[in-house]
Amino acid sequence: MPAVTVSPVPARRFSPNPLVAFYQSSIGKKWVVALTGIVLIVYVLGHLAGNLQIYLGQDRINNYAEFLHNLGPLLWLIRLFLLACFVIHIVATIQLTIQNRQAKPQKYAVPGYQASTPASRTMIVSGLIVLCFVIYHLLQFTLELTHPGYRHLHDSLGRHDVYHMMIIAFRHLFISLFYVLGLFLLCTHLSHGFASVTQTLGINNRKIARVISAGGVTLAWLVFLGYVSIPLTILLGLVR
Amino acid sequence: MNFKLKVWRQKGPNVAGQFVDYEARDIPADASFLEMLDIVNEGLIKRNEDQIAFDSDCREGICGMCSLVINGIAHGPGKAKTSCQLYMRRFKDGDTIWVEPFRAITFPVVRDLCTNRSALDRMIEAGGYITARTGSAPEANSIPIGKVVADLAMEAAACIGCGACVAACPNSSAMLFVSAKVSHLGLLPQGQPERTSRVVSMVRKMDELGFGNCTNHYECEAVCPSEISASFISRLNRDYARAATRQAAVLV
Repeated sequence: MPAVTVSPVPARRFSPNPLVAFYQSSIGKKWVVALTGIVLIVYVLGHLAGNLQIYLGQDRINNYAEFLHNLGPLLWLIRLFLLACFVIHIVATIQLTIQNRQAKPQKYAVPGYQASTPASRTMIVSGLIVLCFVIYHLLQFTLELTHPGYRHLHDSLGRHDVYHMMIIAFRHLFISLFYVLGLFLLCTHLSHGFASVTQTLGINNRKIARVISAGGVTLAWLVFLGYVSIPLTILLGLVR
Repeated sequence: MNFKLKVWRQKGPNVAGQFVDYEARDIPADASFLEMLDIVNEGLIKRNEDQIAFDSDCREGICGMCSLVINGIAHGPGKAKTSCQLYMRRFKDGDTIWVEPFRAITFPVVRDLCTNRSALDRMIEAGGYITARTGSAPEANSIPIGKVVADLAMEAAACIGCGACVAACPNSSAMLFVSAKVSHLGLLPQGQPERTSRVVSMVRKMDELGFGNCTNHYECEAVCPSEISASFISRLNRDYARAATRQAAVLV
């Protein structure tokens, strides 16, 4: 039988510069996704710690918000760094996904998944919906463009009243529902992402694989509970 | 036992294929999946019909030639076995069974269920070897290797190169295959001289050929007849970054 030439997708080229070539490779892109993922995970945890201060009362959380705003240029440096990580994470994963779809042009008639999870198979979907959620979230609470009224909320000390901003926002059922949906997808994303980071960075091994995997899923849903508790307690009138 | 088969038929690499229904009648429960296909083919020959083309060689799970996706699972249901080690008693009488070729852009269909998996050889050519002196065999104990390392290298070396990992991967990634080869040689002292160049060359070849990227689904590990652990992929990721750093450092 004559040899059938392998006619793959358009050949991927590699730059002579090893740093560029590293990014151009499959594993290199995954490293970039994992490293930026760690930054974003740390941010998600830090943001949660900040939000949970709502339970410590108006003074504490407004004070915390004031502290962040007083960081000035440092705050902007952190924001730019986060934005860069966010953009790089998304660009690299979109590139990887396009290559992955090209590599498997035809799927099986009956799916026979053995080990993957719905979370692992929908990373790009959950990620892109989370992107939309984050854009709305920033427009709502950071830039205050969708709700300009938030700007005029001040407490008795003249600080921006974040405490009441959150309460007013989450009393709207639809805003709370959209928030819960956004967080659900984010945490689905993280339930695969936490463990994936250790695998991609080569930290994972067979002795810790199960613990890492279960720990990642647990951590993701703890994060979900932490975030979602806020609109829930506000809607139930426990925080007022 | 009787089965309803839905078999992928495709006349050639650049022709559209489709599923065709067949009846597999009076199949012994102890027949292997490939023997069942042999029986079906004998019936097709008697009726002067075109036989179903499928790959096989040793039929004892060593060679890595058989390559079927049965009910969406590479090498069919069950752990640590190839299609030739799958027996019909695993199915229920009257079951409908879907039979497809390994699917990946890098494994073009030659005919029906046969695919060209020479892309795996291209990756071996890129770096899956060691430099060894020719001549008579060296004294076996001249290079001491620790038991743990030897066992780990042996585990990686168990890969039979069937390509089920690529077939099972939703991204058609060859990371489990490449990680097994890179780990097998990179763990041993004999593989050290090319350790850096090997991992870079093999990963580049993998990318150039158009294999997908690993997204940690671990479908590969689940279907691997040699039970190669996905932890070798973690090792490969580590080794690749180490090699890339070394290559970058050489330029400074």
